[in-house]
Amino acid sequence: MNLESEAPIRPEPDQNPRVLVIACGALARELVDVINGNGLAWVDVECLPAKLHNTPDQITAAVERKLDSAAGRYQKVFVGYADCGTGGTLDAMLARRGVDRLPGAHCYEFFAGAGLFASLHEAEPGTFYLTDFLTKHFDRLVWEGLGLDRWPQLRDQYFGNYRRVVYLSQIENPDMVDKARAAATRLGLDFEHRSVGYGDFAPAVIRAAGGAAA
Amino acid sequence: MAGDDLDLNALPDPELVEQMHDDLYDGLAEEIVIGTNILLARGWDPQAVLNEALVEGMRIVGIDFRDGILFVPEVLLAANSMKAGMEILRPLLAETGAETIGKVVIGTVKGDIHDIGKNLVAMMLEGAGFEVINLGINTDADKFIAALEEHKPDILGMSALLTTTMPYMKVVIDTLKERGIRDDYIVMVGGAPLNEEFGRAIGADAYCRDAAVAAETAGALVLAKRLTAGEDP
Repeated sequence: MNLESEAPIRPEPDQNPRVLVIACGALARELVDVINGNGLAWVDVECLPAKLHNTPDQITAAVERKLDSAAGRYQKVFVGYADCGTGGTLDAMLARRGVDRLPGAHCYEFFAGAGLFASLHEAEPGTFYLTDFLTKHFDRLVWEGLGLDRWPQLRDQYFGNYRRVVYLSQIENPDMVDKARAAATRLGLDFEHRSVGYGDFAPAVIRAAGGAAA
Repeated sequence: MAGDDLDLNALPDPELVEQMHDDLYDGLAEEIVIGTNILLARGWDPQAVLNEALVEGMRIVGIDFRDGILFVPEVLLAANSMKAGMEILRPLLAETGAETIGKVVIGTVKGDIHDIGKNLVAMMLEGAGFEVINLGINTDADKFIAALEEHKPDILGMSALLTTTMPYMKVVIDTLKERGIRDDYIVMVGGAPLNEEFGRAIGADAYCRDAAVAAETAGALVLAKRLTAGEDP
């Protein structure tokens, strides 16, 4: 994605209420990129550990604790999570508190964009998605996170119903493509690369920041 | 753990069963096979081996998973060990003609290919004495309903791991309602992103947070249904 083409809202920083984005650590680099690239100097970011993705039942409570700690410090808070496997509990908590979040079910959905993600899933439900972050941290979050470093014999129990890995890249980097392809090979799956950039992610963050400025 | 210096044959029954619980917990399939064969050779009824050594061991695993002491890979290894024991017991149980306590049709819903939890539930249901018809993954309403008509189960079990696929459970339940057969079955649902509230909202009879709870709930609901119907439980 070309951030310069997004016609970002660039009001004077001192005219803007402070905005906090409470986000998954897996989005930290991308958030900073969007904030810096669009002059959203009044937006702060606080991240929760990305490893919460392996225990999504803990995400809602962790986000709520962050919201509590931010109370009174910001004019607006936005949550940088999708549903992320919380089964609607995150949405219920955010609705109660009047806080918005990123669109979609997972980070790979808003990076791909809803339309592309739906077509990818429709074409092959057995698709395992990688983003830049998941590719970079594949060993720690996926391989070790699922215990495959200790029990590689479990691989086909986890991934036996999957057919392919789709790497939805945010930045162009041949080394990352190689790394994602290697991950697919380790999982015993076909590989496909889609360069999707920031998809629905950047507009949502800019809207959240701009909303505060309105 | 049954190490090189531990002879399972030398253990009296209660200690052997306790050791099998430990071996199941540690995911030692070979030791579970040995222990199962020893108990059978000592004249144990296959059903008693299943209940006291395997199901009870897996129940302990389930508790520690719920409490965050064990994680998915450890539970998978334990389940694989239980499966190894069950493969020995299954033909013996069939030979004895032990009556099942009910029948379950179970599957992962359309669009979802995740089956680890669902297979664990199927195994625990079988261990609890149910006949289980496992439809596998990516199961649409037509396939569920065809299986219900063919097998006439007591329970329909549906599983989903994805937030995007769990609403399909309601599609299946609504289809059952449209066809006027919803109340013929107990509908149980489960999967990581689900909760009690979701189960209620879609019109399921029960949401079960894990495999052990699913087996207990299935037994209780079938018993209640038979008592209500005036059948001999």
